[in-house]
Amino acid sequence: MSATLFKRRFHVLPGFHLALGYTIGYLSLIVLIPLSAVLLKTMTLTFEQFWTIVSAPRVVASFKLSFGAALIAAAINAVFGLMLAWCLVRYSFPGKKLIDALVDLPFALPTAVAGIALTALYAPNGWIGSILEPHGIKVAFTPTGVLVALIFIGLPFVVRTVQPILEDLETELEEAAASLGAQRWQTFRLVLLPILTPALLTGFALAFARAVGESGSVIFIAGNMPMVSEIAPLMIITKLEQYDYRGATAIALAMLVLSFALLLAINALQGWKASQRTRNPGRKS
Amino acid sequence: MAAAAALHVPAGTLGHFDYQASPATREANWLRWTLLTLSLAFFAFFLLLPLVAVFVEALRKGWGTYLTALTDPDALSAIRLTLLAAAISVPLNLVFGIAAAWAIAKFEFRGKQFLITLIDLPFSVSPVIAGLVWVLIFGAQGWVGPWAAEHDLKVIFAVPGIVLATIFVTFPFVARELIPLMEAQGREEEEAAIVLGATGWQAFWRVTLPNVKWGLLYGVILCNARAMGEFGAVSVVSGHIRGLTNTLPLHVEILYNEYNFAAAFAVASILALLALVTLAIKTFIEYQHARAMAASTE
Repeated sequence: MSATLFKRRFHVLPGFHLALGYTIGYLSLIVLIPLSAVLLKTMTLTFEQFWTIVSAPRVVASFKLSFGAALIAAAINAVFGLMLAWCLVRYSFPGKKLIDALVDLPFALPTAVAGIALTALYAPNGWIGSILEPHGIKVAFTPTGVLVALIFIGLPFVVRTVQPILEDLETELEEAAASLGAQRWQTFRLVLLPILTPALLTGFALAFARAVGESGSVIFIAGNMPMVSEIAPLMIITKLEQYDYRGATAIALAMLVLSFALLLAINALQGWKASQRTRNPGRKS
Repeated sequence: MAAAAALHVPAGTLGHFDYQASPATREANWLRWTLLTLSLAFFAFFLLLPLVAVFVEALRKGWGTYLTALTDPDALSAIRLTLLAAAISVPLNLVFGIAAAWAIAKFEFRGKQFLITLIDLPFSVSPVIAGLVWVLIFGAQGWVGPWAAEHDLKVIFAVPGIVLATIFVTFPFVARELIPLMEAQGREEEEAAIVLGATGWQAFWRVTLPNVKWGLLYGVILCNARAMGEFGAVSVVSGHIRGLTNTLPLHVEILYNEYNFAAAFAVASILALLALVTLAIKTFIEYQHARAMAASTE
């Protein structure tokens, strides 16, 4: 931490170099150096070898399932999360405080527990599965089961990013819209939704990032049939169990690159949306 | 990107605004009921029922089976290992969180935003990859693996690997909670303390810490819940050796795969209870934080 790297400033508070040095040191030891191992290990492969591993049909199928199901689950959570946040902020109903607290359950409940509980519910002999089974709907041990688990995992993200924005919203905006003759739906679509969009996108991105990498809750309900209901993280585990470290690492790198690319795209979209509405900031602070 | 669950003061905690009083912020009755029904059904099917199912399945074969499953020696050693992993990783990430928040929130320097992005990184890395990186370093074919084997140091398929994987996945929790909170507090109070002759440590213990104590506790609670419940990362490095390298979530998996469902759900119910206690403490902290904020703005 030389003085030339950071502009020399007079600090009243002590401890800057100690705190920053410790932060960077610990970050490097726990996160950066270990993660760089994925990149360096993959670089011992030639590009052809790397491509053969990640373009194998079974691997491609697992990528399609992981990213596809994560996107659909995040989209479903965006819609229902917004609705749930709206109900929690705007309406009063019995048990509201309890439901508000329980929304965070997927953050606190170990994923393996969620996995076996969802399997027990949605299996053909489960509470919900036995109702769906006669209608020809199979959830557990199919790609739909993967989707159910990912919806559970991502549920709190959208609710918790949208809820504070909804709470801070000035009611004057809606009153102005109403007094100018807007229908309720028009007010929502033209006034409220643009204000909520950045938070919705953040929640969507967080739910998606969590869902892509999720394994604990998925492996129980998925059935893990190759080419059908096998997720990408499970492919990494399978390769590791065969002591195929290079294969596991190549898949891991492809996963990291793909999910960062998608997150960057969502961030860019968010920045673009935010710049669109800088002229009409509608929030208290 | 924002933290997943930042300590926030819910508007309804203290004062309550009635949106249904004014026609401008009110929906038609049918619409309100539709929204409520859909949201609550979604909540029930995806969240409430799984939670209820854990306890119903756990007690399906009676209290006897339940208690036997929990007092099994393998279950007890899994409990011990889970507590140990959390007892090491939570304090380490707590100290890191405080150091990171002090540097980032109280000082200006180039690359700050980039540093925050890097701290968030473990949130967007798959837990399975978080386990894999330690195998790449300490595994038999890894960077340090052969050296560690020579010195009789077992990391992978042993307790140290489990601890390292847990530290990785819980890395950002405390820092992400403290950084925005300490930025919002500013540095005037600490600067006043220093000018009045306090040492840096005194300023930290007597000024900073009391100001952020609820946020700190909030981060620790969430960090602990994740540390005790982590599955993917720990599963990769554990080797699943019964009685030795099995944490509680891994023990649930083993029992479940042996079709010992009652025992699997019995152990799972302990973890579910832990989750409920976490949520209760979390709600209490939010309430206390809201009261403190209201008192400071009066």
